[in-house]
Amino acid sequence: MVGIIDYGAGNLTSVIRAVEKLGAIYRVASQPDELKLATSLIFPGVGHAASAMERLRQAGWPEFLLQWAHAGKPLLGICLGSQILLEFSEEGNTTCLGLIPGSVKRFPDKLGVKIPQIGWNTVDFHDHPVFRGLDPRASYYFVHSYYTEVTYPAHRLGSTEYGMVFTSALGKDSILAVQFHPEKSGQPGLQLLDQFLRWRP
Amino acid sequence: MYQKRVVVCLDVKDGRTTKGVKFLDNIDVGDPVAMAEKYYLDGADELVFYDITASSENRNLILPIVEETAKRIFIPFCVGGGIGSLEQMRKVILAGAEKVSLNSQAVKNPELITQGARAFGSQCVVLGMDAKRDPELPCGYRVYINGGRTPTDWDAVEWAQRAVSLGAGEIVVNSIDADGTQAGYELSLTRQISQRVNVPVVASGGAGVPDHLYMVLTQGFADAALIASMVHFGHFTIRGIKEYLKEMGVPVREFWG
Repeated sequence: MVGIIDYGAGNLTSVIRAVEKLGAIYRVASQPDELKLATSLIFPGVGHAASAMERLRQAGWPEFLLQWAHAGKPLLGICLGSQILLEFSEEGNTTCLGLIPGSVKRFPDKLGVKIPQIGWNTVDFHDHPVFRGLDPRASYYFVHSYYTEVTYPAHRLGSTEYGMVFTSALGKDSILAVQFHPEKSGQPGLQLLDQFLRWRP
Repeated sequence: MYQKRVVVCLDVKDGRTTKGVKFLDNIDVGDPVAMAEKYYLDGADELVFYDITASSENRNLILPIVEETAKRIFIPFCVGGGIGSLEQMRKVILAGAEKVSLNSQAVKNPELITQGARAFGSQCVVLGMDAKRDPELPCGYRVYINGGRTPTDWDAVEWAQRAVSLGAGEIVVNSIDADGTQAGYELSLTRQISQRVNVPVVASGGAGVPDHLYMVLTQGFADAALIASMVHFGHFTIRGIKEYLKEMGVPVREFWG
């Protein structure tokens, strides 16, 4: 069973619909104790880092997620749900979960591109079981003004160009995160989600 | 590489898709959910449902359409038309839409843009703007509301800038003059707005052939181009339009499995 964390994130419905489409058994949980039987976890996210962290704390998610990572169970962070896995975000100067060393920065205004990045872009993936077999021509849907910067290059699992090259996929052990929205990236996004659901690190 | 988007607009009236010319004379063109799925499979990068239902009781017909669409298509879609409260925004987002487009209601109550951006993030709040040529205004275009019937005091560029400062994350610029004519987008209007705001601009109104999209995505500086009649009446396919754009050197999403 895949657990989907409900902390009021904007893309929750889309993630549920995509998981349903893939035929997976899932549970949407607003409290950690609802996920005792989960074997993998999706951490969605759209919105503001500071208010998201606050809602997560109120429901006791940070401790649960730290234990989850420590136990080596698979987790996929999406968009804001990927950013929050790092240590710190410039958005609201927020202390985040710290599951992956690094921080979240705002796209500099001087890049000469529109901010937020809204639209489709390609990802140059590194070799990883969840990304294996994805068509390199495929595009993924991005919506963000902030990007992740990992401390250790080994945690960078994919990069994308938007005025600059930034980390669009990252991971450490059983923790995986993508800046784009696989649930809204058509068939290639569904394939990625399906491969995550089957992944047993 | 970042790609320019082809967005398909479905005008929905009383639960059916319609298409009008210059905002009048709407004709029925099909079931919105089935059309959404067809365009998704044909490579649309995004969809917009625009509810032009007149009566308030039939307004709720859009919600089951949004819910059903969210089960069948896995690309972003936006819902607009008559949305005037945070509660209505929440309903369409919970039903599965990524974005909400505010139009007349944003002019009447600009605070709604800020409230929506705070509650759901700027990326959820699209400003939809209907503009018509008017040499009296600085940019040459005036903002209209109520389906293009009521002029406002707003200059189109000034309103776009104001909306972005209030929290709009994207702007759909619809030309009333060009809407439904299939004679090409309003390039000057689109270009002026795109140059003066730092959020993505979606050009709307006037697409008739693929070259119109090419023009607005290059010389009009648009980030996305919205189409309706071109594909609703079967004259073009999205795949065909994208092949043309690619040939002309415009980066588009060309692989969707």
